[in-house]
Amino acid sequence: MTFNHKHIIGIKDLTPEELTFILDTSISFKEINRRDIKKVPTLRGKTIINLFFEASTRTRTSFEIAGKRLSADTINISASGSSVVKGETLEDTAKNIEAMNPDAIVMRHNASGACEYLAKRLDCAIINAGDGMHEHPSQALLDAYTIREAKGKIEGLTVAIIGDITHSRVVRSNIYCLTKLGAKVRVAGPGTMLPPGIERLGCEAYKNIDDAIKGSDVVMMLRIQRERQGAPLIPSVREYSKFFGLTHARMKLAKEDAIVMHPGPINRGVELPTSIADGPQNVILDQVENGVAVRMALLYLACGGEKLQD
Amino acid sequence: MKMLIKSGRVVDPANNIDEKLDILIVDGKIAEVAANIDAGDAEVINAAGNIVTPGLIDIHTHMREPGLEYKEDIISGTAAAAAGGVTSLCCMPNTNPVIDNLPVVQFIMNKAKFEGSANVFPIAAISKGQKGEILSEMGELLEGGCVGFSDDGLPVNDGEMMRRAMEYASTFDAPIIVHAEDISLVAGGSMNEGAVATELGLKGIPNCAEDSMTSRDIMIAELTGGHLHVCHVSTKGSLELIRQAKARGVKVTCEVTPHHFSLTEDAVRGYNTNAKMNPPLRTQEDVDAVRTALADGTADAIATDHAPHHIDDKNVEFALAANGIVGLETLLPLTLKLVAEKVINLSRAIELMTCSPAKLLKIDRGTLAVGAVADVAIINPNKEWEVTEEGLHSKSKNSYFIGQTLKGCAVKTLRAGEVVFSRD
Repeated sequence: MTFNHKHIIGIKDLTPEELTFILDTSISFKEINRRDIKKVPTLRGKTIINLFFEASTRTRTSFEIAGKRLSADTINISASGSSVVKGETLEDTAKNIEAMNPDAIVMRHNASGACEYLAKRLDCAIINAGDGMHEHPSQALLDAYTIREAKGKIEGLTVAIIGDITHSRVVRSNIYCLTKLGAKVRVAGPGTMLPPGIERLGCEAYKNIDDAIKGSDVVMMLRIQRERQGAPLIPSVREYSKFFGLTHARMKLAKEDAIVMHPGPINRGVELPTSIADGPQNVILDQVENGVAVRMALLYLACGGEKLQD
Repeated sequence: MKMLIKSGRVVDPANNIDEKLDILIVDGKIAEVAANIDAGDAEVINAAGNIVTPGLIDIHTHMREPGLEYKEDIISGTAAAAAGGVTSLCCMPNTNPVIDNLPVVQFIMNKAKFEGSANVFPIAAISKGQKGEILSEMGELLEGGCVGFSDDGLPVNDGEMMRRAMEYASTFDAPIIVHAEDISLVAGGSMNEGAVATELGLKGIPNCAEDSMTSRDIMIAELTGGHLHVCHVSTKGSLELIRQAKARGVKVTCEVTPHHFSLTEDAVRGYNTNAKMNPPLRTQEDVDAVRTALADGTADAIATDHAPHHIDDKNVEFALAANGIVGLETLLPLTLKLVAEKVINLSRAIELMTCSPAKLLKIDRGTLAVGAVADVAIINPNKEWEVTEEGLHSKSKNSYFIGQTLKGCAVKTLRAGEVVFSRD
């Protein structure tokens, strides 16, 4: 098949076939990552800018390594604070960068819709590395990759996602990705962290996490995003942990062979106890490893890698 | 100076007229409305096939002058009005300086009178500086030509302050005009709360933010006997509260906007900042309720909340974009669409844009009675036209309808018998 998207803004825009194509493409890149010499010339001469308006270690490093292993020139720009604080508009910032002729801009921004905004105004490819509370497509793809690898399939599985659903772009992208690939998605969290109408995205919503975990194949825990909340949405971390943290007793409600995932960074002792975070069911570091492979696939597709090989 | 508007369909709800008649204007006033008036030496305007109505009245606009002339000024704003068939408008006080003192009122009214294309009746601030603390000098402001009081986008949060405002304004039988919104429930939201906001990852504004304040202000109106006018009602719940209050005799009136009866929250998709306004575009259920309110008399007026914003204020991330859209030049076609869709009949549509708003703010306009000032709109209800940035007379181009083809427009607009706008 051919992949006809210039930009990668959201999973919502992609078909099940395209998602599977990206996952399949990632397999060979994962193999490269385990070689002694982890570099291929595929994107030699291409320039990729990582434009990060929000702090990020994992995602930015992952995209940077992905670009470098494909031999692209990668440049990281950390723009602290919003464009308004800097006194320059987002459009101006991005157009200045575009004037230096990059092939792709990988952007993380605190405003929902920021990547779509750029895609409408710029000619180079835009890859969304997380926009506000909207989407985080590369995370959903690496999660899907990890689930498929661990379980051998995605179709027919039940995935429970627990935590601050309201402020999570990871959740939105995961709901689209996993349901398009045939899984059933449940989300759960306290009433203050469940946004109205979330079911319309294709999932079931629960306020009792036991109900969400019961019989599930995958339990994905999220961090409380204190930085995205205005007034506190929970009375205390202690109470949150008691009612919405994962425990061994709760894990017993899931299928025996269920896996535990977390997009990181983990708040140990809040949503996940150390014994589960480091326990036999966790695939958390597999997620990180697979992230590089999936992002290599995205950069490859966005920079026209397919055409390069012809 | 005589002018004869010939053979138009005269729709003048103030006088229960809807028939093909001629209108004779002498020295800026309506001299005669009858069939087959002899032109004599009068200048003749052939209105055959067109609708002739009192000049439209828009009781909710932002003229941005003084202080924000880069968005709009009285000349450009009233030109936009005239192009939309609007001959009288009220402007909100959120200018710089705020409309809370007589010199600013006089500046605006004089500028409109001598340099503008429409009459401007300012709405002054309830509180000095719109700060919600000290009442503005309402008596003097009314003498100077203001027609009501509003802190508009900065709702009076303090209940006791609102009570005093309504009590004091009732001394002069003047309306308190509210943008009903509990800011604490808005909590930084930028569009309607619900599935679309959740999908787009935008913080929502619940209907309840509007409904709870509408409810409080109705209670205060009931307590004080003052006249409460609720602006741009966007929710089913608030309309029901107003309907019930009217039924038990509370002195409450309200207006609705063309965007709230034409568009739903789906317009925001794609992070379209020209679909960002406050109150936000709501759901189809709310749109249907707004339409019902127009038909059953719960709504007293159609007003545009014409809110010009420079491209720099809109061409940003959605959450950072300014609220509001321009509306003066799309008021007519969007309202005529309701007639085409049989939500209301033509006479009711014109009533909602002429005598009904005139009555509630005691503006001496909105009628074609003999002796009245000859503010007249001649409307071609069938003309299709494309909304373009170049075509808009407003300085700002923040219309959601840019690129759309709409049906119906003013072809001639007369203020006091003088043609202030004309198109083929």
